[in-house]
Amino acid sequence: MNFDFPDELKQLRAEARRFLADRCPPAAARRALEGAPLDRALWSELAAMGWVGAALPERHGGAGLGQLALCVLSEELGRSLAPLPWASSVCQAGEALAAFGSPAQQAHWLPRLAAGEAVATLALAAGPGPFDPARLAGGVASGRITATRLAVPDALSADLFLVAAPGPGSLLWLVARDAPGVTVSPAEGIDPTRPIGRLDLRDAPAEPLPGAADPTALRRLIDRAAVLAAFEQLGTAEAALAMATDYARERYAFGRPIGSFQAIKHKLADVYIAVELARSNACYGAWALEADSAELPVAAAVARIAGCEAGWIATRENIQTHGGMGFTWAYDCHLYYRRARAQALALGSAREWKHRLIDLLAARNRPDRPE
Amino acid sequence: MDFDDTPEEAEFRAAARAFLDANAIRRAPGAVEGYRRGQDKPGALEAAKDFQRRKAEAGFAGINWPVEWGGRGGTQIQQIIYDQEEARYDVLTGIFGIGVNLALPTICTWGTDAHRARFAGPCLRGEEVWCQLFSEPAGGSDLAALRTRAVRDGDGWVVNGQKIWTSGAHYCDFGILVARTDPDRPKHEGLSYFILDMKSPGVEIRPIRQISGSAHFNEVFFTDVRIADDRRVGPVGAGWKVALTTLMRERYGMRAAPGPDFEEAFALAQALTLEDGPALANAAVREKLAEWYTRTQGLRFTRFRTMTALSRGQTPGPESSIIKLVAGNKLQEIAAWGLDLMGMAGSESGEALPLGGLFEEALLYAPALRIAGGTDEIMRNIIAERVLGLPPDIRADKGMAFRDVPTGPR
Repeated sequence: MNFDFPDELKQLRAEARRFLADRCPPAAARRALEGAPLDRALWSELAAMGWVGAALPERHGGAGLGQLALCVLSEELGRSLAPLPWASSVCQAGEALAAFGSPAQQAHWLPRLAAGEAVATLALAAGPGPFDPARLAGGVASGRITATRLAVPDALSADLFLVAAPGPGSLLWLVARDAPGVTVSPAEGIDPTRPIGRLDLRDAPAEPLPGAADPTALRRLIDRAAVLAAFEQLGTAEAALAMATDYARERYAFGRPIGSFQAIKHKLADVYIAVELARSNACYGAWALEADSAELPVAAAVARIAGCEAGWIATRENIQTHGGMGFTWAYDCHLYYRRARAQALALGSAREWKHRLIDLLAARNRPDRPE
Repeated sequence: MDFDDTPEEAEFRAAARAFLDANAIRRAPGAVEGYRRGQDKPGALEAAKDFQRRKAEAGFAGINWPVEWGGRGGTQIQQIIYDQEEARYDVLTGIFGIGVNLALPTICTWGTDAHRARFAGPCLRGEEVWCQLFSEPAGGSDLAALRTRAVRDGDGWVVNGQKIWTSGAHYCDFGILVARTDPDRPKHEGLSYFILDMKSPGVEIRPIRQISGSAHFNEVFFTDVRIADDRRVGPVGAGWKVALTTLMRERYGMRAAPGPDFEEAFALAQALTLEDGPALANAAVREKLAEWYTRTQGLRFTRFRTMTALSRGQTPGPESSIIKLVAGNKLQEIAAWGLDLMGMAGSESGEALPLGGLFEEALLYAPALRIAGGTDEIMRNIIAERVLGLPPDIRADKGMAFRDVPTGPR
């Protein structure tokens, strides 16, 4: 039994935690909340350390560290509330290009992504409701795409969009930001520290990603991204629990620290439980991701559901523990609350993943008997 | 990352399996381990003792006990591997748990060489069965408030008082007893820890009928019961510290709760039809099932994390403190949900229903899992104080002589 990350990745995690605490504290997220654009210098610094291209092949400028490296880095970016296009450009679009792109597409884009010179994002949602790769809206004809995509993460800073749409030979289309027929407009979102936008494409030139030929391929991409998202959620949830715990130790009411009251203790114990269950399930997702296991769809769903639960209870009860101060703009509680909720919607809500999980389990002859 | 045994672990697992195949009956695939289901059958105690003897002869009892105690001197991971394998067989070893896992490790840690020589072997071989005489009507979660008195008398002690929730007292040979030896000290400082021969004159055992109707535990009354001073474990007045050794071992169990889990809930949903068609197509049913699967897997992988640390000879993190709390609540929810899903017929017990009355049985013992070995509330206090580092609760009886502590109308 070795259900743990290798030592060198634990070192990477510690290094990332130190760096981000110093260079990207919650104050950076707050600046983004108040309208600062993407800090490209910081993004380049992350790229220079090899983190942005951590899982990309070395021949394309990546570090070739594998999927487990993305897991530990995702956790730390989630912990620091980094206002950076990590999930979109690294965990989703970068991975999609690496998995499905043609050699020419990869040779053109991956080195730029790895170097932090270009940002890419995945454009999936066409409207409210569950995302189904077998029923995509929009269309592609003669290499031109017409479609509208909502809640596109980091749309305003993206140089490249990978748009899910049905068309000849692929379900995923590469559209450059500066191509004709591409309109990007800002959208209000619950987490302006990770701004979203609306993408309108009208006869815009689009290239197919040849590997994304069927819904299964697209589904697998989302499963893989969900494991990484679960680590981001875990980091955010743990940070919110730490913030609540610190406050409960320091804040006095009725002549004693509020953390000495069982009403607060038991609440935070429940948060701890949710966080530990999320960590255990995320670790299993990491194993399935790294091993490219047939278990990945189930492992991803479970990691995702547990991550959403932990993020919700931890950030919600962090506000509650802070009382009225937790509801103010000045305290950081709402940054965690916003981030956790946005994380729980990207890639589909927990509700969708629960249904998907039961479909997967029903398709098995016998579900796992837990030991 | 991998889930494989090391070569040494695989070899140990194969040996455990070979012993079990030769000495016990493997449960049919899909059969669920009920909660002490077989315990009431005639001859069960003798059969359990016989199996325990063979287990000890083969070196699988007290795997993680040091060799000096008469154990195997094995590792914690070997103990877990054996327990995993044994759980697949129809054997009643739970009755030895208090002796092997709680009483003797505490006695061997704090007691004398004579204690070890006299008690360790018979406990390991199942010749002597142990019970735990800790809780009292006035001391449960607040265990240190216990009132049973032990008064010095010549070369021994005279005990008067009452214990409660004593599992198996009616068939046990010895008990670990915490009693108050100095009521003038604050409550934690006036306790001492003893070994009590359950056949001593003045010990009276009365079964307590549980909400399920069966009686697995008891009240135990003491009237002028004599205990020789050489049956005291640890110094006079150190009983609380000695008891903590026992309690720490009790609260951090690695095993899942017995009874219906996700798989049985899923099987029930597959078997039933609701208003809108198959239960497995019902959105509310599906979402519940998904939540339980997620929690069940979360506990399973939490155990994997603990096992990884143990496998490397490291001290596990605090994550296993969540297991009992999550498992007890999940079991109770699944039991009630299963009955609800069956509708009106769910209130009928027994074999005629899908899964043979499993949910009904679990409904009636699940409350115990949230209380025994540390209530949910005590477990949350422990997580908050020891893991999250929150300040201790303010105690109204702190520093007060025990005899002055308010007790409320009784």
